[in-house]
Amino acid sequence: MAPYHFNLDGLKKAVSSGNLTMVDFWASWCGPCRMVAPTIEKLADQYEGRAIVGKVNTDEEPALAQSLGIMNIPTVIFFKDGKEIDRKVGVMPPEAYQAVLDANL
Amino acid sequence: MKYDIVVIGGGPAGLSAAVQARVRNKSVLVVSSPSADLPLARAERIDNYLGLPGLSGREMMEQFEKHAQMLGVERRTGRVLNAMPMDGGFFVAVDSDVVEGGALVLATGVGQGPALPGELEHLGAGVSYCATCDGMLYRDKDVVVVGKSTHAPEEANYLHGLGCRVTYVSAKPPEGLDPSIPTVQAKRLAILGEGKVTGLEADGRVLPCVGVFLLRSAVAPTQLLPGLELEGPYIRVDRNMATSIPGVFAAGDCTGLPLQVSKAVGEGLVAGLRCAEYLDRNSHS
Repeated sequence: MAPYHFNLDGLKKAVSSGNLTMVDFWASWCGPCRMVAPTIEKLADQYEGRAIVGKVNTDEEPALAQSLGIMNIPTVIFFKDGKEIDRKVGVMPPEAYQAVLDANL
Repeated sequence: MKYDIVVIGGGPAGLSAAVQARVRNKSVLVVSSPSADLPLARAERIDNYLGLPGLSGREMMEQFEKHAQMLGVERRTGRVLNAMPMDGGFFVAVDSDVVEGGALVLATGVGQGPALPGELEHLGAGVSYCATCDGMLYRDKDVVVVGKSTHAPEEANYLHGLGCRVTYVSAKPPEGLDPSIPTVQAKRLAILGEGKVTGLEADGRVLPCVGVFLLRSAVAPTQLLPGLELEGPYIRVDRNMATSIPGVFAAGDCTGLPLQVSKAVGEGLVAGLRCAEYLDRNSHS
């Protein structure tokens, strides 16, 4: 399925569920973010039912991005058991995200 | 838009690779900073280019560009921020856009200079290479723009317009900077902070800030393409100008000494041909 598009409440719910959650922080004017987008979509399909995969538009949710200390986009943050467990800043190959997901399933 | 080959860098190596690839009937996009920013365009006189002594760098660049244009090489002015292998080809982020190529030629020169002290430690923690991407995250905050390209003042103005509190640091006085942005002239720079950026040291003076935008004319190849192997400060290549990443070739100053036009043009030829062969091989398999 397609990745979720989170706002503050949506992300809170996903994280507090305790499930493995991967969130891509992006914006439409950011070329590198657009490059990561297809990877996020693929992973959303691939990990359906095993991890929650979503996106946050930092343009629409600036406070949310700020509260998580995001200073560059794209940034991908991983949560499990209600806590941040890892984050990847900048464009990464799909395997880099996959490795974190697989290690925490 | 998908091209057979995306060439990153529009100097002699990049244009030579592009011309050779066009001769092999490959579609080619060359992405580079404006010609005036290229080091060759600033060379007063070149006397060691075989058969054509005494040309100015600008004259030589014009000839090279004309040749590439004549053969149908497409050009785009911009800064490549990232490249990534994807489904047998590559995605290339050019400012806020993305282009696709079946293979890449890196001809990025050596203009980037070495990383500043504290730069690599603070990637993702206050160091940014892209004002357009990250500017919004620094609204109402103190940032320093380190201007090392002709585009940098424009990007500093953009950050200023977003509401960032900008200080502009450069070796020479900038042109085209909003006059309300304070400037500092300094050469020795270091990024300060533990875990997060807290300031920039500029010739011994500390400028407190939470973000440093390093705006060079090109992004360093290892930042561009994670996993690219180096040899000293240069990109590691073999006799075919192939890098450590399949489908990525490199040519010119970015592969090492001597930093000369003839060497760049020769390497560009090899890279362009081998890149075209690589594509032919992979389309048959």
